[in-house]
Amino acid sequence: MAKEKTRIIPAAMQAADSEVEAIERSYWKRTLKGIIRDWRLYVLLLPLLFFLVCWKYLPISSMVLAFKYYTSGSDSIYKAEFIGFAAFKILFKDPEFWSAFRNTFMLSFYGMIFGFPFPIILALFFSEIKNRVFLSVSQVLTYLPKFISVVVVSNLVGLLLAKHTDFSAGGPLEQILYAISGGKIINAMDDFKAFRSIYTISGIWETAGYSSIVYFAAVLGISPTNYEAAKIDGANKWQQIRYVTFPGMAPTLIIMLILKIGQLLSIGYEKVYLLQKQVSITSITSVYETSQTIATYVINKYLETAGSANQGIGAAADLFNSLLSMVLVLGSNSISRKVSKTSLF
Amino acid sequence: MKAKIDNSKIYKSRKEGSFQRLEASEIIFKVISYTFVGIFALMCLYPLVYSLSSAISAYDPVASGKIVLFPMGFQLEAFASVFEDKYFWASFCNTFFITFFGTVYCMIISIAGGYALAKTELFGHKFFNFILIFTMWFAAGTIPMYLNYKATGSILQNNLGIADQKWLVVIAMGMNAFNIILLRNAFQSVPKEIEEAAIIDGATDFQIMSKISVPMSKATIATVGLFYGISRWNGYFWASKVVDSSLDFPLQVYIQRTIKGIEEDLALGGSVSVGTFAPQSTVYAMIVCAIIPILIIYPFIQKYFTAGVNLGGVKE
Repeated sequence: MAKEKTRIIPAAMQAADSEVEAIERSYWKRTLKGIIRDWRLYVLLLPLLFFLVCWKYLPISSMVLAFKYYTSGSDSIYKAEFIGFAAFKILFKDPEFWSAFRNTFMLSFYGMIFGFPFPIILALFFSEIKNRVFLSVSQVLTYLPKFISVVVVSNLVGLLLAKHTDFSAGGPLEQILYAISGGKIINAMDDFKAFRSIYTISGIWETAGYSSIVYFAAVLGISPTNYEAAKIDGANKWQQIRYVTFPGMAPTLIIMLILKIGQLLSIGYEKVYLLQKQVSITSITSVYETSQTIATYVINKYLETAGSANQGIGAAADLFNSLLSMVLVLGSNSISRKVSKTSLF
Repeated sequence: MKAKIDNSKIYKSRKEGSFQRLEASEIIFKVISYTFVGIFALMCLYPLVYSLSSAISAYDPVASGKIVLFPMGFQLEAFASVFEDKYFWASFCNTFFITFFGTVYCMIISIAGGYALAKTELFGHKFFNFILIFTMWFAAGTIPMYLNYKATGSILQNNLGIADQKWLVVIAMGMNAFNIILLRNAFQSVPKEIEEAAIIDGATDFQIMSKISVPMSKATIATVGLFYGISRWNGYFWASKVVDSSLDFPLQVYIQRTIKGIEEDLALGGSVSVGTFAPQSTVYAMIVCAIIPILIIYPFIQKYFTAGVNLGGVKE
């Protein structure tokens, strides 16, 4: 009996093995067949892959520059001498870098605190407007700034805040500030204390209308019967907003908030960079204290002025920035997935 | 019976009373809404009107900052001086060139790639999606990008003989992973049955894409095209870093440089130059010229706004 069993089991196992093999073989066969069948799809994918490799992944791979000693004379970043974390050591000793790091957070944080609620409020107000002509005209006007280029926006900011000089009363906003402060010359553009406000307010001006679209859709999605029920229960307008509108908008609000947190470090450098160009040369150093973000720090200090020998330090700052923002994006995204079962990725 | 009547009376009176109270808070909110929205809309319009007024006003009011809303005096020489500059027209044409070819280029790659990524049965589908999405998480910083664009430029020039740096801007920039995901999701929402019917009729993937998926996702394609077009028209930073020849500058780069030049002149010499218009008017005229093309296409693109911000379409 025992002998028979031992004989039987290996045979069965053998059979199982060969079956598995057969399945595996057929899996690879099927896969190969699938690849051959779908060759057209791969052809369609090819240009995209080419773009991604050439202009997204090659720059990412050349971030090893942060660990290399590279001068424009040497032929390739990859062949350059490896110097470890030397660039990071120099970078972390630079107080300008830490001030840029703080500013990156501060500017995004300001943008979030003030820029996040504004489109929501705007959407609430939009939903209250029943006159269709008024609604569509005001929507069209408020979406418009989003489509104006950063160059034009930053120059408009500079012109509206144009300096008060001997020949000129300055830009209209400067004149308003002049009147409010009781005849004091403000010159907000050159004032390091004003930069964050300028950045935030102009950001709200640019994006509030366009960002309100998504909240407006959320408000419209709330069933009118909820409001009627609340009214019968004696809710006033504020209570209706508090107990009907906000709970109804909650999913959208949560997602948008989490996404904003994820973008804390990846604020666009283009606008900060261009607003800095509006500051006059005499006060630019002081304005850098509040305006320089990591990206503009790299651009101003290592891309535009210093020689290529120092670009490794800039690349180190870039790498630091990218890694940190990736952690924020992934973290907030996984929170979003848990909280609302929706995520960007 | 009695209880019933009482109930309805109480209910009615409560309803009336509360409605009177509600009316007040609702009216207040309505008034606030109209005022707030109206003011904000006017604030969005104001800089444009102000720029136009300043561009056509006479020398003195502009130079001394008297313009508030309406033009004071009248001249068109500021606009004429912009239009006489051949670099302005060159940059205008360059931007048209970049916007047109750049948008077409990005759309072709994005539609083809998005269509392939929408097919879950494709071997390696998850991997390809990942390498697309990873570019949204992790971006190379400005210095690696700069070196990469410079290297691309020199390859284009030396190995392929394309000296025109506009092509570098067209080819190497502007692709956006988010837009491709929008397209992918749109293609995924095309009913499977239609595609299966086409397959049975012997259609290949190329035919399904061009005859079924693309026509059925027109709204998303228009939105994505709009996003690409606007970002091409408005693109500044990399073009300013990569393009050397002043005849190849896009409009935004030209505007920024020219305005900086005028402002530096003003800072050096005060308002010494005497003409029929203030130097600032030229700046305003250029700003107006940069906005006008956007204003012209604006009515046509408006209806596609909402599709782009539809969050429901942005999950995996």
